[in-house]
Amino acid sequence: MEATKDRVKEPLMWITKRDGMNPVFIWLIRVLAFVCGMLACGLIAFALIEQLRDEPSRITEFYKCFIDGVVKNDDMKWTFAKDVAILLCISVALTPAFRMRFWNTGAEGQTLVGVLAAVGVNFYLGEPYARSHVADARLLAPMLVAALLAGALWALIPALFKAKWNTNETLFTLMMNYVAIHLVSFCLAEWVPNGSNTISINDDMPTLFNGLAAVAKKNHKYSNYLTIILTVLAVTVLIYIYIKYTKHGYELNVVGESLRTAQYVGIKVKKVIIRTMLLSGMLCGLAGFLIGGVLDCTVNTESVGGQGFTGIMVAWLASFNPLIMILTSAIITFLNHGASQISTAFDISGALPNVMIGVVLFFVIGSEFFINYKLNFRKHAREVRA
Amino acid sequence: MTAFFAFFKTYLLDYFVDSLAFGATFMYGSTGETLTEKAGHLNLGIPGIMCMGGAGGCLVLSFIGASGLPPFLIVILGILGAFAMGVLMGLIYSFLTVTLRANQNVTGLALTTFGVGLMKVIMSNKKLMVAQNYLIIPKEYFRFPFASRQDSLQRLGVMFFLAVIITIAASYFLYRTKTGLNLRAVGENPATADSAGINVSRYKYLATCIGSGISGLGGLYYIVDYMASNEAYLSIEAYGWLSIALVIFVLWRPHLTIIGSFLFSVLLSCSSFIATIPGVTPSMSAKPLMRMLPYVFTIIVLILSSIRNKRENQPPSSLGLSYFREER
Repeated sequence: MEATKDRVKEPLMWITKRDGMNPVFIWLIRVLAFVCGMLACGLIAFALIEQLRDEPSRITEFYKCFIDGVVKNDDMKWTFAKDVAILLCISVALTPAFRMRFWNTGAEGQTLVGVLAAVGVNFYLGEPYARSHVADARLLAPMLVAALLAGALWALIPALFKAKWNTNETLFTLMMNYVAIHLVSFCLAEWVPNGSNTISINDDMPTLFNGLAAVAKKNHKYSNYLTIILTVLAVTVLIYIYIKYTKHGYELNVVGESLRTAQYVGIKVKKVIIRTMLLSGMLCGLAGFLIGGVLDCTVNTESVGGQGFTGIMVAWLASFNPLIMILTSAIITFLNHGASQISTAFDISGALPNVMIGVVLFFVIGSEFFINYKLNFRKHAREVRA
Repeated sequence: MTAFFAFFKTYLLDYFVDSLAFGATFMYGSTGETLTEKAGHLNLGIPGIMCMGGAGGCLVLSFIGASGLPPFLIVILGILGAFAMGVLMGLIYSFLTVTLRANQNVTGLALTTFGVGLMKVIMSNKKLMVAQNYLIIPKEYFRFPFASRQDSLQRLGVMFFLAVIITIAASYFLYRTKTGLNLRAVGENPATADSAGINVSRYKYLATCIGSGISGLGGLYYIVDYMASNEAYLSIEAYGWLSIALVIFVLWRPHLTIIGSFLFSVLLSCSSFIATIPGVTPSMSAKPLMRMLPYVFTIIVLILSSIRNKRENQPPSSLGLSYFREER
């Protein structure tokens, strides 16, 4: 009896770090978290949607909407794939920077200036909007270059200061988003003085690669989408290779893992930061070109619509692996489209998708804990004594 | 000189007082964020928290608005509703980032996505909000001491003064009390604080939740007091981000947000002010440029403070990092 008194009381439970969990279990935990999130969405729907409380049996319709949001008809399938591609492009763009532990929260701005640059080139060099809707296909190349440069510039500014003076990059890039948004309003006010806050450059922009249009003969309407999807897939694979198998990729991973190690092995950290951010910004610019030059052919402050922020979550969910991002961006888009479907079916605010995405994310974010840490419980007193 | 005074009195005075009132939104938001950041947590969920704070306050107001309670009680209950909703949001954030050690940027962004969305769903709910109008309470309730005045002073009400008091109290707490010192220690180096016997998790939780509650008041203030309009809720998110900018602009000193928020709102409403002066028509493109300036100034402050590299002007050094005792 005396011995038990002296013993320091063990806590009921404590946490230890764990490494190298079986990948099957890791994915099991994530899938479980996703399912829990979806169930929680159902509960929240009961709280928010009156029609559902009146007729609880409509809950099956509620979940069916998620599927409908993606596969109801051809149009929806293509829109889904296109939205996944754009989100994927932004997430992949962020990846090199995140791997380096450079918290680039500025994807929204970097993409938006890309859109602005693409549309701007068309505005200044193309036929004036009022006179002609016909786009000049030759302009696509300068539009692409302008978008890439603009995105790169927007990322370069914070990177330079980070490299030289260690200025906090999270806050800097965050602020650059709003500079970009107001820059767009400024340009719109200059370009369209009559007060319309959007500008349209043309309705039928020729597809970037007409050859691809032939491939998609059956769905000629969607050849633009196909262009985007294939471009983004190619970029995703390239970035995967860049990170995994090139010297540059190796260097940025080392900088992210340990700054000291990087310095000791003779990596020029400043150079790596600037180079990686240039790449990150350029890819955001590419996403901007796809939105501004191929898809919307117009710019306004909502052109990117928060996807720059969603991209951060998508990239993180995939543990910064570009190939897994195909899946995570599809999941986020799935939630988004499904919940939009619900808001029409149940006549509720169009902001519902954000609530659903938020809820599911909470669960998935929380579940990472069980992958990285292990809970240890106090063994039963009798066992300890034995 | 007399001409200047006449000009000042006719145009500038109203503009400045209005900017002060507008600025209280940012005072709440950034004081709350400062408390959280001082505990080492970069809470990017502030826009969502401010939105939900507004929604919580408005929910309470729509329930008790027509109940005939005395005005001061209605105002207090509304404020408590906003605060409670902010604390709830802060609890989600701190459970995920403190207990489960999740990535702060991702959690914050998810919280903003969730909060902004949920607020829009709540505020556009016909039965709850539109029928029992939360604006049924006259804004005069919130403008307590000067409500009956005809000049611009009537814009400054209880919630404005509450904001001023909170910012000063927060500064006093952070830089003049032992608990504040402990909190700053947690944000600078949690391992050291832990070994000095400070309960790191408790500090992080309390700072985040109270900070979120304070931020939540900003949303309510903007909707029912400053704007007193049923479309005001659509623009809170943007001001939430601006509040995060303000934290950097004033270098983590809450009492300076009184000046900082004033400067920000002077810039934000500058072009509409210029338009009120007869004979002056500002160009359409001037407005977005003026609205860009708060962010540009914030970036400049951020750069200058990193170049000067004075210790007391830096972000808390463990900002954005999770703390796990057994990791070294």
